[in-house]
Order: sequence, then C-alpha cells, then structure tokens
Amino acid sequence: MKTRKARFGNTFAYLALILLSLYFIVPFVWMFLTALKSEAEAFAYPPKLFPAEFRIGNFVDAWNSQPFFIFLKNSIIVTVLTTFGQLISSSLVAYGFARFDFKGKNICFMILLSTMMIPWEVTVIPLYMEFKLLRWINTLKPLIVPAFFGSAYYIFLLRQFLMGIPKDFEDAAHIDGANHFQTYFRIFLPMMKAPLILISVLNIMTVWNDYLGPLVFLNSRDKYTLPLGLAAFKGMHEMQVIPIMAITAIMIIPPIIAFAFAQKHIIEGMSGALKG
Amino acid sequence: MKETNSSCSPRKLKVKRKDRLAPYLFISPWILGFIAFTAGPLFLSAVMTMFDWPIIGTPSFVGIKNFIDMFTKDNQFWKSVGVTIKFMVMFVPLNIIIALVLAMLISKPLRGIGIFRTIFYLPSVVSSVAVAIMWGWIFHSEYGLLNYALSLLGISGPRWLSDPSWAIVAIVIASLWSLGTMMLIFYTAIKSIPKDIYEDAIIAGASPFRTFFSITLPLITPTLLFNLITSTIGAMQELSLVLLLTRGGPVKSTYFYGLYVYRNAFLHFKLGYAAANAWFMFIIILLLTLLIFKSSPLWVFYEHEVSKENV
Repeated sequence: MKTRKARFGNTFAYLALILLSLYFIVPFVWMFLTALKSEAEAFAYPPKLFPAEFRIGNFVDAWNSQPFFIFLKNSIIVTVLTTFGQLISSSLVAYGFARFDFKGKNICFMILLSTMMIPWEVTVIPLYMEFKLLRWINTLKPLIVPAFFGSAYYIFLLRQFLMGIPKDFEDAAHIDGANHFQTYFRIFLPMMKAPLILISVLNIMTVWNDYLGPLVFLNSRDKYTLPLGLAAFKGMHEMQVIPIMAITAIMIIPPIIAFAFAQKHIIEGMSGALKG
Repeated sequence: MKETNSSCSPRKLKVKRKDRLAPYLFISPWILGFIAFTAGPLFLSAVMTMFDWPIIGTPSFVGIKNFIDMFTKDNQFWKSVGVTIKFMVMFVPLNIIIALVLAMLISKPLRGIGIFRTIFYLPSVVSSVAVAIMWGWIFHSEYGLLNYALSLLGISGPRWLSDPSWAIVAIVIASLWSLGTMMLIFYTAIKSIPKDIYEDAIIAGASPFRTFFSITLPLITPTLLFNLITSTIGAMQELSLVLLLTRGGPVKSTYFYGLYVYRNAFLHFKLGYAAANAWFMFIIILLLTLLIFKSSPLWVFYEHEVSKENV
C-alpha cells in the first residue's frame, strides 16, 4: 500500500519535472534548431521543428558576417585578466579578514558586506566620469582594473572558507620562520584550491556574460565584447534571425562548459556561504 | 631580516609593529578599491544630486531642485515607478514560489534528478543578451513558438512584445527563466534539514502537504527572507532585459525605473538628475530591506527557537 502510494508520488514528481523542464530547455533547443535552418525554414508557418538538413555552415557565415573575432578577443582579454585579478586580490583580502585580529576589522567587514547593497545605478554615473577623467572610456580598463581590488562577494566566500581552518597552521609556519605573506602563499593558498575554482567560475560566467558594463564604458566597435557585439548586431539586423541564433549558440558555450566543470563546487560553495 | 627576534627589545618592538601592520597590508587592495570605485563614486553621486550636471560644460548648484522636479514635474518618473511596482508584484511572488517548488522537486531522491537540476539552472549561466535573443524569438508574434503552441490549444496569442498590456508579462516570463540561483539556495536550505524530523512526521502519518507546511516551510523561513530581499531588489533594478527586448516600449509600457535612470544619464545626459533618480531608488531599496527585516520576527523561525518549542 505504502509503496504504491510512493510510486504514485514518484510518477507525479517525474511528470512535474518533465513539464517544468520544457520551460527551461525549449528556448535553448529552439535557438540551436533555428541556427541550423535555412531562411525559408526559419520563417515557415506552422513552424518546422527540424530543418531538412543541418546547415553547420550557418555558424561560419554568421561568424564572418561581423568582426566577431575581435569581440571574442576582447571578451577573452577581459575574462582572463579579471579572473587573474580576482584570484590575487580577493584571496589576499579574505586572508586578512579571516586570519588576523586588528583594530577596525568588524566595521571594515560590515562596510564590505553593505557595499553589495549599493545599486549599480548609483555608482555608474560617477564611475563613468571618473573613467572619463582617466581617459579610460572606450578602453577595456574600466572592465578590468577594478577586479584587481577584489570583489565583496568573492572576498566573503573565501573568508567563510578560511575561517574554518584551525589556527595551528599559522603557528607551525611561524615557528618555521615564515613571514605572513609566505604563510599565506605557501600554506593557505594551496588549501584554497576549491573555493578559488569556485570564484574563478563565478567570475568567468559574470564577466563573459556582462552586458551593461561594456554598454556604458565602450563605444567603438573594435572594443566591443561578445555580448555587446551580439546585441548591436541584433539591433541592426533584427530580421537576420539565423546568424543571430548561431552567434548566441556560440557565445553561451563557454559558460555552460565552465558550469558543467564546476557544478559541484558551485552548489557546495553556496551552502558554505549560507551557513555563515 | 632573518635574524631571530629573541631578547633585544627595540627589535622586538619593530617586529610587533610589522605584525600589527600585516592585516592592513592584506586588506589594502580592497581599501584602495573601495575608495576609488565605491566610496568615492558614492560620495560624488550624492553631491551630484544637488547639481544640474551636463556631460559637457560646468555643473551648477541647484539644491534640492532635482528631487522637487522629479516628484512634481516629471510624469515619466511616476509612470516608471508604477511600471516597476507592477513588475515587482507579478515577478517576486512567482519567482519565490517557482524556485521553491523546483527546489522541493530536485531535493527528492529520484533517479536522474541531477539532470533536472542542471536543466533548471542552465538559463542562469547565460548572458542576458542570450536570454533576450532566445525569448525574443519565442515571443515573435508571427513565427514565434509560443503563439504557435497556443494556437494548437485554440488560443490566439497576443503580439507579446508589441502589445502594451502583454509586453510586461513577456518580461516577467523571460526574467523568471533565470531563477536557478534562487532555486539552488532553497535547495541547499532544504537539504540541510535533518532527516529524522521527517521520519517522525512520516511515522505520525502526516501527508506530504502537511509535512511541507509544518516542517519544511518553517525551517527554511530564514532562506525565504534572504531570497525575498534579493528578489525584490533585483526586480527594482531590472534593466538588461527591457533594454534588449522592448527598449521600454510599446508606448512606454515597460519603461522600468532602471531604464528611466539609465536613459536620463546616458541618453539625455542629465547626470545630476539621474543621480537624484538613482539615490531615490537606493533609499527605497534600503527602506524595503529594513521593512522586510523588521517584519521578519513575525514569520521567520530560527532553528534555536524551533527546537525550544519542540522541547
């Protein structure tokens, strides 16, 4: 009796799961299928589910129709450099907050946390003026340089991790005559591998996908990143659905790979942060 | 540098000072960045609210005129506030409920559940540009998949993105698509509930609904509070999707507050005015967060309270 009831419950759960996944998966499938269609097939009514032949060539044509290679290059530069910057600075700052007691620590950490509440709209206007003064507008610098000063969320995540390590590690290192930086670099950094992978993946996904930052700070096409280049392409050629879908498909592959690679880290990291 | 710091007192003092300095050196990147990219701009933007600040030419002091104009002369201000509230009312409850339902489903010990978890989270890893492009194509009034699916059910779908009364619904549907992070946060909260609590309930013969409302839900109220706040703030700041999907139209039916601020700053170049707009938003966000927090004792249960009740 009980097992029949449980089985009924499971069937119901699977049914709900499958129905709900349609909402999340259909736009992806439809995009990929459209990218492979001919013009006539894409604009057929009633819609044709599958194209008569899969036109892989659509991807090449779409890629060559705009300077997407330059956009890609800019996206890679920004993503790689910001990730590098975040890894260095966020881990240093997190180490400072987690492993020392110093005057003003709590107030500093409260300020750090509260900066996450400030809406983008408030700081973006003065930041624009600041970068204009520095002659950084229409360069990749506004997108890259701030990453070298850490980000509140990543600092918070790394601090949560570092708080959980026993004090013995520093004591042992200090007895061996290591200074603070050496202790951080030789003892703690290797231990932080998992959370550092987590923040790398989070940063890659955030920066690679960013649209508003590039939109505000860049204005000539040779500086565009992929999302901005794609959005501009869509704005100019609203009706060219096939190449737009093809580029979208290409653009979403790196974050999906990054996520697949680090799915475990993301879920575990999230639960770690919540516990704090 | 490598000398042993044994007895000699002046050297010991020196070492101590170095020690005291060390944590500040470690956090110095953040302090510098905070001054340059957060506190500085925050201060400047507060000053700007009191100026007529064109992008070229000299700013002139106007006192609180920007705020007065905003509240009394600018029709678009109130319209954008209205549109944003409308969006929040539709989006936030759905966001929370769907994320919670999905989290409940993926915490069931079923075979292949990991695949569903990945599928539900997938939209959260792609750019808002990709989200807008995929949904724009689904919403297309003639060749869109959605209206075709509706026609199979005998419903003639609206012209989603070009119909003033449906465009905001389309934005809600596309925004809800990226609720994966919220789902994962609920999921980790549900997973952290001790199993034995459920076993007692099953032995007592409680129905799944009963179990959910009297065990799961009360225990995850702190998470619910967190998600309610982030979801509300997120809804107030929504910008990318309206920029990309509707550009505020048709007839400004999706002219969200975020878009209003953005256009005032970077299209009309009224920087001081836009700063005032942004600060209004900031203050509302702070007040709302405070309100949600203050109301939380009424409905949030923290673990120690629950266990006390049980005893």
